[in-house]
Amino acid sequence: MSVDAAPSLRRALRIVGVGIRRQPRWFAFAVAGSTVYGVMTVMTAWAIGKVTREQVQPAVEAGHATSAQLWTTFAWVAGVVLLNVVGVVIRRVAAGYTMFNVAAHYRREVTRQYLRLPLSWHHRHPSGQLLSNANADVEATWNVFAPLPMAIGVVVMLVAGIVQMVLVDPVMAVIGLTVFPLLFLANMVFQRAMSPRIARAQQLRAEVSEVAHESFEAALVVKAMGREEQEAERFEEVTRRLQAANVEVGRTRGTFDPVIEAIPTLGTLAVLAVGTYQVSRGALEPAAVVQVAYLISVLAFPVRALGWVLGEMPRTVVGWDRVDAVLKARGALEFGETSLPADDAAHAALTGVDYSYDVVDEQGDESPFQAIHDVTIDLPAGATVALVGPTGSGKTTLTNLSLRLVDPDGGAVRIDDVDLREVRRGGIPEVASLVPQQTFMFDDSVRGNITLGGDFSDDEVWGALATAQATGFVTELGDSLGTHVGERGASLSGGQRQRIALARAIIRAPRLLVLDDATSAVDPAVEQAILAGLRKATSGTTVLVVAYRMSTITLADEIVYVEGGRVLDHGSHDELLARCEGYARLVTAYAREAAERAAVEADEEGVTV
Amino acid sequence: MSATIEKTSSLGTLDTLKRGLALSPELRRGLWVTLALAAVTTVGRIVVPFVVQQTTDHGLLGAGGPDPGLVVRYVLLALVAVAVTALTAYAVNVRLYRASEAGLATLRLKAFRHIHDLSMLTQNTERRGSMVSRVTSDVDTISMFVQFGGIILILSLGQIVVATVLMAVYSPLLTAVVWLCFVPLLVVIRRFQRIVGRAYTVVRERVGDLLAAVSESVVGAATIRAYGVESRTAERIDDAIEAHRAAAIRAQVRSVVAFSSGQLVAGLTLAVVLVVGTVLAAGGHMTLGELLAFLFLVNLFTQPVQQATEILNELQNAVAGWRRVIGIVDTPADVADPGDAGVTLPRGPISVTFEDVGFAYPGGEPVLHDVDLTIEPRSRIAIVGETGSGKSTLAKLLTRLMDPRDGRVLIDGTDLRDVRFSSLRERVVLVPQEGFLFDETLLENIRFGRPDATDEEVELALTELGLDQWLEGLPQGLRTEVGQRGESLSAGERQLVALARAYLADPDLLVLDEATSAVDPSTEVRLQRALEGLTRGRTSIAIAHRLSTAEAADEVVVVDRGRIVQRGPHRELVQQEGSVYAGLHASWAAQQRG
Repeated sequence: MSVDAAPSLRRALRIVGVGIRRQPRWFAFAVAGSTVYGVMTVMTAWAIGKVTREQVQPAVEAGHATSAQLWTTFAWVAGVVLLNVVGVVIRRVAAGYTMFNVAAHYRREVTRQYLRLPLSWHHRHPSGQLLSNANADVEATWNVFAPLPMAIGVVVMLVAGIVQMVLVDPVMAVIGLTVFPLLFLANMVFQRAMSPRIARAQQLRAEVSEVAHESFEAALVVKAMGREEQEAERFEEVTRRLQAANVEVGRTRGTFDPVIEAIPTLGTLAVLAVGTYQVSRGALEPAAVVQVAYLISVLAFPVRALGWVLGEMPRTVVGWDRVDAVLKARGALEFGETSLPADDAAHAALTGVDYSYDVVDEQGDESPFQAIHDVTIDLPAGATVALVGPTGSGKTTLTNLSLRLVDPDGGAVRIDDVDLREVRRGGIPEVASLVPQQTFMFDDSVRGNITLGGDFSDDEVWGALATAQATGFVTELGDSLGTHVGERGASLSGGQRQRIALARAIIRAPRLLVLDDATSAVDPAVEQAILAGLRKATSGTTVLVVAYRMSTITLADEIVYVEGGRVLDHGSHDELLARCEGYARLVTAYAREAAERAAVEADEEGVTV
Repeated sequence: MSATIEKTSSLGTLDTLKRGLALSPELRRGLWVTLALAAVTTVGRIVVPFVVQQTTDHGLLGAGGPDPGLVVRYVLLALVAVAVTALTAYAVNVRLYRASEAGLATLRLKAFRHIHDLSMLTQNTERRGSMVSRVTSDVDTISMFVQFGGIILILSLGQIVVATVLMAVYSPLLTAVVWLCFVPLLVVIRRFQRIVGRAYTVVRERVGDLLAAVSESVVGAATIRAYGVESRTAERIDDAIEAHRAAAIRAQVRSVVAFSSGQLVAGLTLAVVLVVGTVLAAGGHMTLGELLAFLFLVNLFTQPVQQATEILNELQNAVAGWRRVIGIVDTPADVADPGDAGVTLPRGPISVTFEDVGFAYPGGEPVLHDVDLTIEPRSRIAIVGETGSGKSTLAKLLTRLMDPRDGRVLIDGTDLRDVRFSSLRERVVLVPQEGFLFDETLLENIRFGRPDATDEEVELALTELGLDQWLEGLPQGLRTEVGQRGESLSAGERQLVALARAYLADPDLLVLDEATSAVDPSTEVRLQRALEGLTRGRTSIAIAHRLSTAEAADEVVVVDRGRIVQRGPHRELVQQEGSVYAGLHASWAAQQRG
C-alpha cells in the first residue's frame, strides 16, 4: 500500500466530496444547522448590545425597570440563544447521520468485496487486517464529517469578518489577512509530516488486529502447547510499535495545534504594532485599528474549526487509501450467463487441467508453483468416482476446481458440457455441493447451518440429518434444531460438525456431490451407516469422493489415483490394486500393518513359548 | 461452573475510572506536572486576550494619544505569553500522548494476556471478532478521553471555581442567580450521563458484533463460496453494520441532547442575569458597568460548564470502552495457573490417574461418570469409543484445558490443578484434530513447539517422522508459507505440521486427539511407526477412530457413554464377544475389506 508522502489537500477534499455525494441531504442539513449556529453566535453579542442600548440603559437611567423592558431583554437574548442551540442540535445530529451513514455504506462495500474476492486473495490477506479495514480504516476516513459542517458553517463568520475588515481599512486588512497564508503554510508542513505517521499508525492498528485475531483463533493450540507468554510477547511487540507510532502522531498534532492557535494572535499583534505606527503618523484612525484587531480575534475561532478539519485530513486520506485498496482489488471471479440444467445427475469432467498458485519466497517475490498437472477426470452422470492419493497430492485442490472455488490455468472443468467459467453467478452451488475436510460452522442454529437460509422444511432437515446419522445427537441438544452451535460450531465435536456439514450438502439434493474425506472425524460404524444412507439418498447424484477407507473406495464405480498433482492411474479397485503400486500401498496400509503386527506378536509368542 | 465472558462490566462510571486507572498506572504517572503545565496553558489563554485588550486601551486609545513605545512593550509581552502558551500546550500534548498511549498499550496487553488465560469453555462464550474488538477499537475509544478530555475536565472545574469567586466579588446575589440556574442542569446531567453511557455501551457491543460477523465471512470464505450463500452472508453482515449504525446515531442524538442542555442553560442564564441585573442596576444596587463586567464573568463560568458537559459525553464513550475491556479482564480464569505456588514436575516418564472423575459441559448432561483410570509411565494407550462417548473430554481433562467437575486428575501423583502451567505444558502436549497453523512459514509453525529449535532440528524432526518426502513436494520446502490459518495446505497436511510441532516439543506425555484423522493410511502407518519408536520411554495416549492405532497400542481403553467399559490389550478385547470393542472393531475391519 503506497502512500504519497504529501497527499495534497485537494485529494483529501476530493475524498470528502465522495462522502458528501453519498449523503448530500444530511450533509446539507448539517451545514444549514451550522450556519444558523454561526450566525447566532455572532448575533448573541449583537443582541446583548442591542438590549443594553435600548432596554437596560434606559431602565438604569430611569432608576426603574418596566416589565416590558425586562421581557424584551429576556426575549431577545433567550431567542437568540434558543436558535443557536437549535442550530447546534441540527448540525450535530445531521453530522452524525452523515458520518455514520457514509461509514455504513463503505463498510457494506468493503465486506461485499470480501465476499467477492477469490480464496487466493483471502489466503494472502490476514483476517485481522480485513477486520481493521472494515472497521478502523472506514472510521478513520469518515471521522472528518464530525468537524466538517461546523467548519463550513463558520466560514460564514469568516467571510463576514473579512468583508468588514476590508471595509474598515484595506491596508490593515491585508496585514491582518497574512494569517491565512501562514495558516496555509503551517498546514502544508503539517500534512507532509503527518501523513506518513498516520499511515504507519493505521497499518500498525491493522497489525494489532491481525495478531489478536490470529492468536484468539489459535487459542486451543496456544493453550495446549503452553505458548501464552510467547503469544503475549508477539502481541506486545506490535502493540508497543503502535504505541510509539501513536505517540509520534500525537507529537506532530501536538506541535501543530498550538501553532494554529497562535497564528491569529500573532496577526492581531501585527495589526496593533503596524496600526499604532500608522496612527502616530496620522495615517489612520485608532478606532479602525481597534476594529480590525478585534475582527481578527473574532476570526480565531472559525479558524480553529478549520484547523480541526485540516487536522483530520491526513487520516481521511490514509484511511481511504486502505479502504480503496480493498475496493480496487482485482481477481474476483467473472461469471458467465449460462444456467445449468436443474434435474438429473450431472456429467462432470476435468479436462487437461493445470493449476498453479503463487508462492511468495523470503524476498517477498512471487513465483507460480504448479500443483496440478494436466489432470483429466470424467465423472459420468450418476457415477461415483473415488479420488485416492497420498496426503498433499492435490486431491483437495481438485475438489475445489470441480466446484469452481478456483479456476484452472489450463484445460477446463465442465458440468454437462458447460465450462464452469460460463455459468452464471450462483449457478454452480445450485447444482453442486461440497463437504470439505475441515468443516465450517456459522454462528447460527443447527437448522440455520443446514438450510443456510434456503427454503427447506423441518422435515427435510430431519431427513438430511437422518442420512448423515446425526438425528441422535441433534435430538439430544438442548433446543434440538434450534440449538445455537456457537462460533465455528464450538459447542460441537469434530464428528458432529462433520455430520451437520454432510446434512447441509444432502438436503440440497445436489446433482454433483463432492465429499473431501468428509467422514474423517466419525467412527467406523457411523461412517458405514452414512455411506449406506448416501447410497440411497444420492441416486440422482454424481459423486466425487476423496477417500482412504476401503469401504468408501469400493462404493465407487471408478477410482482415480493421484500423486504429485498428476493422475497416475484410474480404473476399478481390483485393476488398480493389481497394477498401481502407490495405490496398493495406500489402501492396504492398515491391513499390512495389522498383518505385520500379528506376525511379530506370533514370533514373540513363539519365542516365549 | 465455568465463567462466561461479560458483554460489558457492570461497574459504575467512577468505579470504572478507578479500575481503568489501576489497570493502566501510566495514566497517572506525572499527571501533576501535566496538570500544572495545563494550568499554565489555560492562564496563558486568558492572559493573551487580556494583554491585547490592555494594548488597545492604554497603548492605542490612551489618554495622551497612541503610545508606540508602550504598544511595542505590550506586544513583546504578548509575544512572550503566546510563546509560553504554545510551548506548554505542546508539552501538555506530548506528555498526555505519551502517558495515555503507554497506559492503553498496557491495557491492551493485560486484556490480551487474560484472554489466553481464560479456559476454553469461557473463551467459547464469546466470538473471536468480538474479543478482537476488546483489544483494538474498545481501547481506541478510551484514548480520545484520556488524551484531551480528562485534563480539560479538571481544568474546567478549576475555571468554574475561579469564575465563581470572581463573580461573587462583583455581586453575590447575581452569583447565586447563576448557580440557581445551573442547579436543574446538575440534577438532570447525572440522568443524561446514564442514558448516554448506556447508548455508548450498546455501540461498543455492536462493534464487537460487527467484527464477529466480518470475521465469520472471512474465515468461512470457502464454505460461503461453495454453497453460494454470499448474499445471505452479506445480509448477516449488513444487519450487523445497520445495528451498529443505528446504535451510533442513537448515541450521537442522546449526547447532542445532553450537550445542548448545557448550552441552553448557559444561554438562558445569560438572559436571566441580564434581567435580574437590570432590576438591580435600576434599583441602584450596581452600576451598568458592573453589570456588563459581570456578564463577561458569566461567560467565563458557562464556557467551562459547556465544555464539561461535552467532555462528560466523551467520558461516557470512554467508560463504555473501558467497561468492555474491564469486563474481559475481570472474567475469572477458572482453569488457573497455580504459578509460583504450584509444583514443578521433574522430567521423565509420566503416570496418569483419573480418580472418580465426572464432567458436564455448562448447562448440559454429564458426559463423564466416575472415571477411574491409571496409566502407567511409558505405556502407549489408545482410547476408543463411539463419537460423543466422551473421549475428547478425557483428553481435555488430561491436559487441563478444563477441570473436572468431580474427582481429580493426577499426573505423577500430583493433582493437575497444583502443577505449574509452565511445567505442565512442557511435559504434556495435546495435538488436537484441527491444529491451528499461523500465517507464517512451515518452519516457524513447527518451531512453535520449541521456539529455540534450530532449522536443522526442525528438519530432523520431519525426517524422523518420515515426512521428508512430503516436504520435498512442497514448493519451498520448510520455507513454504502456509497462508491464513494454514489454508494453503490441505487438512491432512496441517495435521502433519501439528504433529511435527508436538514432536519437536518433546513432551513426556503426548496426547493425540484424532491427530491423524485426515492423513492418508500409508502416511499414518508410517507416522505411527515413527512415533512408536519415539514414544518409547514416554507415555502416549491416542484417541482415534481408526483402530489401527488401537491395534498398535499396549493397551486399549474403551469409553462408552461417559464410562470406561473395557480395558486391556487389543488381542484380548477383540475376543470378548458382544463387547463394545468387538463391535467397533468389526465395523473397522469391515471397512478395510470394503
